[in-house]
Amino acid sequence: MKLVKNALGRLVPVEVNGKKATPYMGVGKFKPDGRKYAPPIRTAADYPADGNKIVSDLATALKNAGLKDGMTISSHHHLRNGDMVANEVFAAAAAMGKKDLMWLPSASFPCHQGMIEHMENGVIHHIEGSMNGPLGAYCSEGKMRGMGVLRSHGGRWQAIQDGDVHIDIAVIAAPTADPFGNATGDQGPAACGLLGFALADSIYADHVIVVTDNLVEFPCIPWQIQGNNVDQVVVLDQIGDASKIVSGTTQITKSPDRLLIAELTAKFCDEAGIVQDGFSFQAGAGGTALSFALFLRDMMRERGIKARFVRGGSTQYLVDMLEEGLTDYILDGQTFDLEGVRSMHENSGHINTSPFTSYNFHGKGNFASMLDAVVLGATEVDVNFNANVVTHSDGKLLHGIGGWMNCLASKCTILPIPSFRDRIPVLVDDVTTLCGPGELIDVIVTERGIAINPQRQDLLDKLRGSSLPIRSIEEIKNEVEEIVGGKPEAPDVGDKVVAAINWVDGTVIDCVREVKS
Amino acid sequence: MSKIGEAGRSGPKVRSDCRVVVEYCDKGGLSLDISSKVDPMYGENIQQQISESCAKLGIENAKVTVEDRGALPFVLDARLETAARRANPEFDATLVPEMRKHCTYKSAADRLRRSRLYLPGNEPKFFVNAGLHNPDGMILDLEDSVAHSEKDAARCMVRNALRVVDFYGAERMVRINQGEMGIADLDWIVPHNVHLILIPKVEDPQQVIDVDNRIKEILKENNIEQTVFLMPIIESALGAWKAYEIAAACENVVSLAIGLEDYTADIGTQRTLEGGESFWARAQVLNGAVAAGVQPIDTVFSDVGDEEGLRNSIIEAKSFGFVGKGCIHPRQIDVVHKTFAPETAELEKAKKIVLAFEDAESKGLGVVSLGSKMIDAPVVKRALRTVDVAIQVGMLNAEWRKEVD
Repeated sequence: MKLVKNALGRLVPVEVNGKKATPYMGVGKFKPDGRKYAPPIRTAADYPADGNKIVSDLATALKNAGLKDGMTISSHHHLRNGDMVANEVFAAAAAMGKKDLMWLPSASFPCHQGMIEHMENGVIHHIEGSMNGPLGAYCSEGKMRGMGVLRSHGGRWQAIQDGDVHIDIAVIAAPTADPFGNATGDQGPAACGLLGFALADSIYADHVIVVTDNLVEFPCIPWQIQGNNVDQVVVLDQIGDASKIVSGTTQITKSPDRLLIAELTAKFCDEAGIVQDGFSFQAGAGGTALSFALFLRDMMRERGIKARFVRGGSTQYLVDMLEEGLTDYILDGQTFDLEGVRSMHENSGHINTSPFTSYNFHGKGNFASMLDAVVLGATEVDVNFNANVVTHSDGKLLHGIGGWMNCLASKCTILPIPSFRDRIPVLVDDVTTLCGPGELIDVIVTERGIAINPQRQDLLDKLRGSSLPIRSIEEIKNEVEEIVGGKPEAPDVGDKVVAAINWVDGTVIDCVREVKS
Repeated sequence: MSKIGEAGRSGPKVRSDCRVVVEYCDKGGLSLDISSKVDPMYGENIQQQISESCAKLGIENAKVTVEDRGALPFVLDARLETAARRANPEFDATLVPEMRKHCTYKSAADRLRRSRLYLPGNEPKFFVNAGLHNPDGMILDLEDSVAHSEKDAARCMVRNALRVVDFYGAERMVRINQGEMGIADLDWIVPHNVHLILIPKVEDPQQVIDVDNRIKEILKENNIEQTVFLMPIIESALGAWKAYEIAAACENVVSLAIGLEDYTADIGTQRTLEGGESFWARAQVLNGAVAAGVQPIDTVFSDVGDEEGLRNSIIEAKSFGFVGKGCIHPRQIDVVHKTFAPETAELEKAKKIVLAFEDAESKGLGVVSLGSKMIDAPVVKRALRTVDVAIQVGMLNAEWRKEVD
């Protein structure tokens, strides 16, 4: 396989799964021309005039859709670890004897480990989407026939919109839908809040199947997915295990060290002048990010500061802030707990967004770059502030990219991370997999100090004389190496490339090698 | 005949620790069986460390099994040494890590002791980050938080921690066991720059003197010139009765603390939030300490989740006259420091009084007055202390007089 060095000096393939791939050229450097991809023109004459597109079962729907060997089937991940639909789709395809399919999920979860069997027996050729747990291990060990392609949420929209990836059949699990195919995620037994991750699929796929277990009479309000894009509707007894879709309550961390990191992050935002009336921020649903939001909330309360908008994933804590009037809006990409679902259903300030509005790089701007601050995790960060979010230091695929890459566009990107986990340093000389260029990562907050990217002289100036522990990233890294007893050994990887990591513009920023077991 | 000893813990839930089994054989050399959670990153490093450490300990013919869960090097060595000793009670080699530079800082008799964080001596996963939470004192505990069967393991672990772990300026304290076992603990602790020893359940000044004497002997044996301070803890009716004598037992006593869990058990009652049951004992300890010229230190607040309760208990302790509080969770430390700090209005008033006092002194006046009010000597004394504390906790610049002008 031919590999070339990209603009970050990483060796990447120039061809991925038979298609030409462009090596990463730098932030904002790759500007393709041409027109967006478009699905075929359809005619209302070919669809039931009474709007009833219901077919008896998934197998019939797949047959009607013209499922053939080698096709691409997409799905979304709002049902998270409770999703039953993707598994049923591939079980039906397997029963039909289909082979060499490509699965394009917006993310995969442990509940999808049955896909390994489909890959073993040839039904699935490969997966382009996040892979972790058993799927990550399968891919990391080089067992998948094709190359994995990991994209950010915005990058998935970009790839579908630009035609980098073509969806033959989109299967959209819908917590509530009507016979016309209008669908919503904010109600029904498998309610998950919204369906933004399926929006691109519904617009660009050749064929769209909506699958629901809560059929309502037309019209389904709201229609997060428009029935006018939908070919068929299938009704199942159950599309998801509600207890695994959202958690009843989201846990804030109890770890004193993580609380310290979260508190330092909030204090940093304060001293950097970010926390002002009308500001905006995004923090994930991980324990440290949630705690950060709580420290920020207390600070806002104390001083009577109000945010203009907060970007979700939403949790009860963000909902509380909205209801308390600490923010005008939640611009939400996914709801993580039941309170988030309830709020989205009830509160006109809790807005349903999609990767198009929030993250898509090949659009006329997006929300991510307007955020005053974003707080993200990472598995590793190197001395040049480059960060890894997909692999563990042992080289194995561990996480999907999610919206992580897209969020790096914010005005201030902060990574609150422990400087080491158990014995494994998080601050390293060179990241195992480079997912985020250092020029976009502004601040690292660890329990051992805060490192500001030397490229952000403005932040360094603002924090001069601060009582916060501002240190250089090398200094913190050296201290960690002294504690853990030296630098870690490099992972034992082979030459085979098992997955490509795509940047927000579709270029290849890095790749993952086969891990020798 | 083979002799087997094991130490430490392993299993999927264990973090930053390891289990080591040493099985001595008559011949056959050394065989290592090492598995590690961090094998891809540190497998070779661990292999090398264990073989070198076995050589240093003189383990030549043995099977050594290590199940590692991300233990740091000083933890691996402590577990290996303990396992080797358990396999052979006559074993007398030690594996003392090199003293790190960041472990050599000193303390002072009159330093602040507002917060002291308890760390269970046999739980190394808590050690390395504890100092980041900035307690005034860090207690590596050998007493109540360590199971009886693990006392030997904890001694070894605490010794290694004292030589390796950076506690970032916190006073390095160890709580020893009661009685004979506590005296024996000192051999493991004193040569390693421990700043202060907490002596539990003290009921008689002689207990303090015994500890002090043994410390001095150990320091002499090791040619170390250092003072190890003492903080006796009063945890019984008898102890409370003799509070002053205990506080005044020897010159190295710098603080006297009260432990209410054991005290209330001793008098046959339970701790209440209001604390009526311990009023006398706390007053006794407070007055005993002040009379002997040492710091009076209050008990711990044990409900980790109740920040408001903690704050109230500190306000109460402060008004009682105590200058320190025990912490069992790092998140309590900041609350302790903030609440013990002088309030802004209190500090502003104190500054004015101090200035008035100094002004009167420079003019040779016998009477200090502020506006039309006369200021008594005890008020001046309290104001001086408030200003002093404010400077120590960073609320006030040492050069504050210039700023006032």
